[in-house]
Amino acid sequence: MNLSPFTIALIGVVGLLSVGFYGMLVSRNLIKLVVCLQLLAKAAILALVAAGQAAGKMNLGQSLALTVIVADTIVAVMGIALGVQIRRRTGTLDVRKLSSLRG
Amino acid sequence: MIPSFLIVVAVIFAIQAIRARGLIPSALWLAGVSALTAQVLYLYGAHMVAVIELSVGTGLVTVLFVLAINIAGDTPMEPGWIVPLPFAIGISLVFLLVLGYFVISGLPAPAAGAPAASVFSEVFWQGRGLDVLVQLVLIFSGVLGFLGLLAEAKAPLGGSLAESVISGRELEMKALEQQLQEGNEEQEGKGSLE
Repeated sequence: MNLSPFTIALIGVVGLLSVGFYGMLVSRNLIKLVVCLQLLAKAAILALVAAGQAAGKMNLGQSLALTVIVADTIVAVMGIALGVQIRRRTGTLDVRKLSSLRG
Repeated sequence: MIPSFLIVVAVIFAIQAIRARGLIPSALWLAGVSALTAQVLYLYGAHMVAVIELSVGTGLVTVLFVLAINIAGDTPMEPGWIVPLPFAIGISLVFLLVLGYFVISGLPAPAAGAPAASVFSEVFWQGRGLDVLVQLVLIFSGVLGFLGLLAEAKAPLGGSLAESVISGRELEMKALEQQLQEGNEEQEGKGSLE
């Protein structure tokens, strides 16, 4: 079976997306949730570059991927900052214990 | 051949990042995923993005994670998941199969060897000007977020920071005065006994 580079990249994208999605479902630690978000963003970057290469518009794919990298980094910074402040105020990073809604 | 090997290793690293018990090993596995992704991007011809991903994704983000984990502490959690584990595994597998089927079956014919229509800088600065503006705003909010990471433990909820500092000093002074008074009273008591 001879797979094209585009197909290989998409298999990687699907793999990273699945792992990130699974991590989002099972992780209880706030910082680990940010790690899972980062995995999802890596998949998005890879997908954009692969799509750009396949469409013959590599520069467009690169510029979009660059925007995703910046947004992803800012999301990580904000998530980490929120996690640290929550830990300072409540003493835990466990999302189960942070839930204050009772129903 | 090389990208497929790198991608498989990146997915394995991603699984390890989820499975790792500690937060610092998890952050290091994530750095590995990022480095491998950067290498794959380079091999696909996206040199600019690969360099930025390597410096930002592998370097900056990992440093931020380690800093935050050192501030917040890496406390072990009781076993347990947000959703039942079989449900999470099942829904992830369904997600993998459905996404994989649609992605692989609906592939367009790749335009292999198509020449780049323009230069990267032209596309980025002229074609995607709005994106650059959005990135500037995002970077500004990221700086504010980092300041939030380094902020004091108990920020005042109402009033200015100066007021809260003054009220804290007043409380400390009152506590010191009380201690002094208690010390004087004890000395007077001892003197009267003698």
